[in-house]
Amino acid sequence: MTALLWLIPAALALGAAGLLGFFWAMKSGQYDDLDGAAERILIDDDGPIVDDEDEH
Amino acid sequence: MASVEPGLGPDIAATAGLSASAHGDEITAFVRETEDSKAIDLAVEGAHCAACIVKIEDGLQQLEGVKRARLNLSTGRLAVKFTGADATAEQIVGRLEHLGYRARPYQPEAADDPKSDEEKRLLRALGVAGFASANVMLLSISVWAGEGEMSLATITLMHWISGLIALPAVAYAGWPFFKNAIVGVKTRNVNMDLPISLAVLLACGLSIYETALGHGAAYFDAAIMLLFFLLIGRYLDVRLRARAGQAARDLAALQARIAHRIEPDGAIKAVPARDVKPGDLLRIAPGDRMPVDGVITEGRGELDAALVTGETQPQTLEPGGTVYSGMINLNAPLTVKATAARDDSLLAEIARLVEAGEQGRSRYVRYADKAARAYVPGVFIMALVTLIGWLAVTGNVHDAVMNAIAVLIITCPCALALVVPAVQVVASGRLYGEGVLVKSGDALERLAEAKSVVFDKTGTLTLGRPSLINREDISPRALNLAARLARGSRHPISRAVADAAGPGPLADDLQEIAGGGLTGTAEGAVIQFGSASWLGLEKQGQDSDPSVLEAWLLVEGEAPVRFVFADGLRSDAPEAVSGLKAQGLPVELLSGDREAPVAAAAHALGLDRYQAGLKPQDKIARITALNEAGDAPIMVGDGINDAPALATAHVSVSMGTAADISRSAADLVIQGDRLAALPRAVEIARAAKARMMENFALANIYNVIAVPLAVFGLVTPLVAAIAMSASSLVVMANALRLWRA
Repeated sequence: MTALLWLIPAALALGAAGLLGFFWAMKSGQYDDLDGAAERILIDDDGPIVDDEDEH
Repeated sequence: MASVEPGLGPDIAATAGLSASAHGDEITAFVRETEDSKAIDLAVEGAHCAACIVKIEDGLQQLEGVKRARLNLSTGRLAVKFTGADATAEQIVGRLEHLGYRARPYQPEAADDPKSDEEKRLLRALGVAGFASANVMLLSISVWAGEGEMSLATITLMHWISGLIALPAVAYAGWPFFKNAIVGVKTRNVNMDLPISLAVLLACGLSIYETALGHGAAYFDAAIMLLFFLLIGRYLDVRLRARAGQAARDLAALQARIAHRIEPDGAIKAVPARDVKPGDLLRIAPGDRMPVDGVITEGRGELDAALVTGETQPQTLEPGGTVYSGMINLNAPLTVKATAARDDSLLAEIARLVEAGEQGRSRYVRYADKAARAYVPGVFIMALVTLIGWLAVTGNVHDAVMNAIAVLIITCPCALALVVPAVQVVASGRLYGEGVLVKSGDALERLAEAKSVVFDKTGTLTLGRPSLINREDISPRALNLAARLARGSRHPISRAVADAAGPGPLADDLQEIAGGGLTGTAEGAVIQFGSASWLGLEKQGQDSDPSVLEAWLLVEGEAPVRFVFADGLRSDAPEAVSGLKAQGLPVELLSGDREAPVAAAAHALGLDRYQAGLKPQDKIARITALNEAGDAPIMVGDGINDAPALATAHVSVSMGTAADISRSAADLVIQGDRLAALPRAVEIARAAKARMMENFALANIYNVIAVPLAVFGLVTPLVAAIAMSASSLVVMANALRLWRA
């Protein structure tokens, strides 16, 4: 049962990491345009990658 | 601004006076200064795929000065950053037009939209609830699976960890429900959030108690999962309403109104209409719509008030005359002094009537609240009976309290709480696809209950502009001559003539005389086209019926030719009326226009019930009579004069091109003015109601099974978790069937 002592915290930490990731994604505007994201993946982008962070 | 070509569709023609905003200097009014560059927001029409994104963004980035262009495909908003002169904005819009997309300047909401804040708050709560329920379930399943093998100490440890995860999550994710429940208790309005909050809080409290005692029954999993499911429903609901609200705001943006303000130095500056202050002097060019209420200070001309009063015949106004926002200036440049909506103005009166109507309607009780009112006392009585029963039979206080609480938890408001939103989300989504925006959740319920339909005439059943009706009496040559004059004017009668004749040349020396008509030369003769009085025809003994919309063509040395006009029906009006009749809804017509055109429209649509010449108060009286007779009317209208009737009716529908006040008073807005969508909307609303009733039945069946288990003390945490999620999923699945109805 001692395995639980680190397994449970590990499970929680992974879950928490997921939750934080979700919050980050929301804050960075990834949920603002769900339809656009689905379509943008189809765009062939041959040009150099441009910094695209300031969404607001 | 490009002139409106004859033959354009009704939508374009109806907003023709406004499309000026898409061209010329006016776009610059919407350019915003940011720190190091300039920005403009545009609402783009017609972008719907990856190719559109590439075309628009790359196309704009090739323009000189454009730093960044980003299209939001979900909302159709294009944010452009650029450097250089404001005039670059015109190039941007021009470029978009060249690429095949109509774009209009869009003014973002002043502050952060409270709706989108609520949406984000719910999404975060959903994330927290999802995280917590997954982790708690991980622990619960190991407890259930290890039944008999796990030591009590381990089980208790598992429960403490569950509680540690679940309690903060419940506090955070449950707040939207707790808040509503508190408001409900304070205002003595029992709503569904009260039993939800009670079930969640009792489940948590009971679990803490049991865990502290080391008994080994914890309901943390059921509580947090209940919240998770409910939040899904609520988030979808808010998102859908936000989308409908945004589409409605887009409609408003399409009519975005620029005003031309005369600056103190005499220069004319284009400003957004909302920046106009009382006392500002505005220049209103022919063809422009009044951006605000005001008084004419200079100029004399005809104004189209179809949207304001429902009357098709233009009014002639002089300095001192009051103009209302929504009127279209037809033929002469006017200077107007903006006035605030004073108490004695028409709009203030209309706004008061709308408010009164909406108060009346707010007494409507939604199905969900009706269910809550029936359900909450029932559950409390059941819990009380359980408590007393166990006390009487066993005398064991602990067991009696536990089982009473179990009844409160298991009666699961979850399924009941999901019944209505799940169906409404699906139904509103379908209606959105049909071009109908649903502005409030209970609008669908009221639409399904409606028993009669009342239409406004001008702009609703009809196009809201005249068309030529006696073409067969007019020689092609006369029509052609009249059209050579008419093509140069924006007056609705001129447009009707130009439409009838099709494209062609203009007359020479063309002049428009405000309040009179047009004059010019063609084929070597002076030709005039206008009202009988202006042409002096009455003196010649020609009869002139004031109730008929008419104009005369006078060619030098020839007999005058009479042109008669009427407001044409929308092409899908007969379809809409027959569709509604087929659904068993009697249809009637209430109009502010005069008797003759109203009777003609009613006759053409086969309506035997109609009233003409009604003031807004008369419309309210008729609607109220229908309401009281139990005929639950659907009011369909578009004008400013319809707004109070819309607010009073059981349920109301407005057109996308309607006056702002009507659109905001209406429950549903038909985009693109497709009247035929209305019978379809009624059909979907009725199907939605049927689904809701089925869902109520399902939730009740669930309770019939689950409650006896709880009453007799057979509910374990496992049973609670399975029963609660299963009932929610069944209800959601049933709601989803509506996609195919």
